Amino acid sequence: MSPIDFGFYIISAAAVILLAAQAVLNPTAFIQITIFGLADGAMYALVALGYTMVYGIIELINFAHGDVFTMGGYISAAILGFFAINENSFTVGNLIAILIVFPVVMLIMGGINISIERIAYRPLRNAPRLAPLITAIGMSFVLEGVMFLWHGPASVHFPDILPHGPNFQATVNGVFVTFKDGFVMVTAIVLVTLLAFFINRTKLGKAMRATAQDRDAAQLMGIDINRTIAATFFIGALLAGAGGMIWGLYFNNLFYNLGFRTGLVAFTSAVFGGIGNIPGAAIGGVLIGLIAAYSDSYIGSKWTEVVIFGILIGVLVFRPTGLLGMRVPEK
Amino acid sequence: MTDSAPAKRRSPMGRLRLRERMRDRDQAIYGVLLVAALVYPMATLFASGGSTAYIAQAAHAGTWVLLAIGLNVVVGFAGLLDLGYAAFFAIGAYTYALFASSQLSASPLHHNFHVPFWIMIVLGMFVAAGFGALLGFPTLRLRGDYLAIVTLGFGEIVPQLSFNLPQWTGGINAIGGIDQPWLPAWITGPWAGANNVALIQNSTCRNPLAQTQFIPCFSFAFDPIAFYVLIVILIIGAVILVTNLYRSRLGRAWMAIREDEVAAAAMGINTVTTKLLAFAIGASFSGFAGAYYGASFDLVSPDDFLFVVSITVLVMIVLGGMGNIPGVIVGALVIYFVLYTLLPSLASNAESFANNFGLSSLTRQNGEWPGLYAEVQRLQFLIYGLILVLIMLLRPQGLFPSRIREQELKHAVSQEEGSAVEEGVRV
Repeated sequence: MSPIDFGFYIISAAAVILLAAQAVLNPTAFIQITIFGLADGAMYALVALGYTMVYGIIELINFAHGDVFTMGGYISAAILGFFAINENSFTVGNLIAILIVFPVVMLIMGGINISIERIAYRPLRNAPRLAPLITAIGMSFVLEGVMFLWHGPASVHFPDILPHGPNFQATVNGVFVTFKDGFVMVTAIVLVTLLAFFINRTKLGKAMRATAQDRDAAQLMGIDINRTIAATFFIGALLAGAGGMIWGLYFNNLFYNLGFRTGLVAFTSAVFGGIGNIPGAAIGGVLIGLIAAYSDSYIGSKWTEVVIFGILIGVLVFRPTGLLGMRVPEK
Repeated sequence: MTDSAPAKRRSPMGRLRLRERMRDRDQAIYGVLLVAALVYPMATLFASGGSTAYIAQAAHAGTWVLLAIGLNVVVGFAGLLDLGYAAFFAIGAYTYALFASSQLSASPLHHNFHVPFWIMIVLGMFVAAGFGALLGFPTLRLRGDYLAIVTLGFGEIVPQLSFNLPQWTGGINAIGGIDQPWLPAWITGPWAGANNVALIQNSTCRNPLAQTQFIPCFSFAFDPIAFYVLIVILIIGAVILVTNLYRSRLGRAWMAIREDEVAAAAMGINTVTTKLLAFAIGASFSGFAGAYYGASFDLVSPDDFLFVVSITVLVMIVLGGMGNIPGVIVGALVIYFVLYTLLPSLASNAESFANNFGLSSLTRQNGEWPGLYAEVQRLQFLIYGLILVLIMLLRPQGLFPSRIREQELKHAVSQEEGSAVEEGVRV
């Protein structure tokens, strides 16, 4: 064990012991914070998956991805307006609306992301590597501009149509749990499981893995690279669109530059888990959500960003390939 | 630029070899920029009837040019993607602001410092370089984009720290009342009286009529021309320094690392030291720019150093043509113009355009329509994004790419067609 690894373990152990002390001293508060953290982390994980997939396949930090996520929230809020929804109590109409809007908004965001890839990234595939990074930043501004134009700088209300209120919350030994918390976690787990199945069991998933590993060799094996990369963007946006809608359902408000901060945190999660690594991104998202929640309560919310990015730097210094440690092949 | 037949005696003008220099694109850009830098203050003073607002704006743009030149060393020369460059800018600015204002008397130190600007600008440079080395030392063994992410994290942490430590940095209230640089009277002349209150009161510069004359007062306290001259000198110095670095052994080592780190290491280049130097030198320029910024803007607030700033500087250098100093300067000026002149004035321009063409009904608010002015103002984000995407699609190499890299690209394309190109043109 090198001294650097030793330091890493010492610091991690100290953090875990401090947290454990909190857990023993005040278990109710600790479990409560953990639940908040898991719900937040589930959403970060959904966005982080898109970052990690795109990075894995074309080594692009897709700065527009966070805004695709926000756009998903905006569009689902707009579509929900067409349904007979009731914000005060949970009706069958609400259930139908959610069941229909979920796939619709995911498909719309997938379509938008494919167009973004087609317009802004594909023509630059053989250009210097920073050129697509700049168009990604440009597309991020464009998406934010569209949302700004649509609803202005104020925050947008997202209809509160999930079951809520006194009938849908429980207090177990002083820990306050709502239906929404469970909904967010279950949806995220379902989506991530579907993604894992898709990547590991289908032909297109295999093509994606092959393209991520070696694009030229994959092409020689008869894989349509453009189609595979477009599919990656499509799936990333499916998850981001779902994430945007879940965010809206959970927090009931959105603003046009939400994706900037969320995207940065989600990207951090992707790196945290080992960028390019799909289970890593999911775990990283949940971990960052937890860390953010603990830091919010035990250190103070104004220090949360410092804590998150400090941990990010620490992880990269001590574990340069992220927690799960899969190395993206140097191309 | 080599002369094959130097037999002919040259006239004094001929010795400058203006004609040959003009044919070289980069030299021509330098020439145009120099002439523009000289003519600009006179032209705007004349055109606006003595208003120095445009000159102040140009002096502000100069900060960005300095930043772009510095980031170009890291990203363009050494090929290390730095997404947290604003952090070093912040460090430079805060170093100056803390040691040249009354801020520290409210801090736990209970003592304020007023170190002269000319010392602090050098100190700010070294402090920023020190932080660059400090951050670079443990992280430079990371490859490629992991480094970018570490710098991104650092760039997020620094402004957060200045938000969260108000007893030192003033937090959200920012640091104001920062000392201006001053020159000794034997340079500025007694009429300016920059560092003498009584003289300032009576100086001709205080007289509004004197402002209309083309005599610069050269007092930093109330004359943007002084800052303009200072930043032009700083930029010229920076360009000379960076150009020499680029042509030196170190510059070649940077390029070698950029193209292939393993091969460079095999050739005997100490990659860690070389990358660390790129990082520290790049950071030092931004520390330089930070000190200047603090003095000229008279306000240092954590809002000025957010992630957007790092991104903007990166956009400037990629758009201008990475690795090519004149290209980077032009890129910085173009983006500055778009961000600070074109976009803010777009709304009023559109409004007057509509009025002139009998479309004045568009300018009034009507139901959902917020009026042309408000609508165009809302469009700013969108237009900026579209400009970035369009320029990159039209010129993926940037406006004025480095000649050497252009050649490399062509060479690679003709040699091994298609997808293998990115081998030769990483970053």
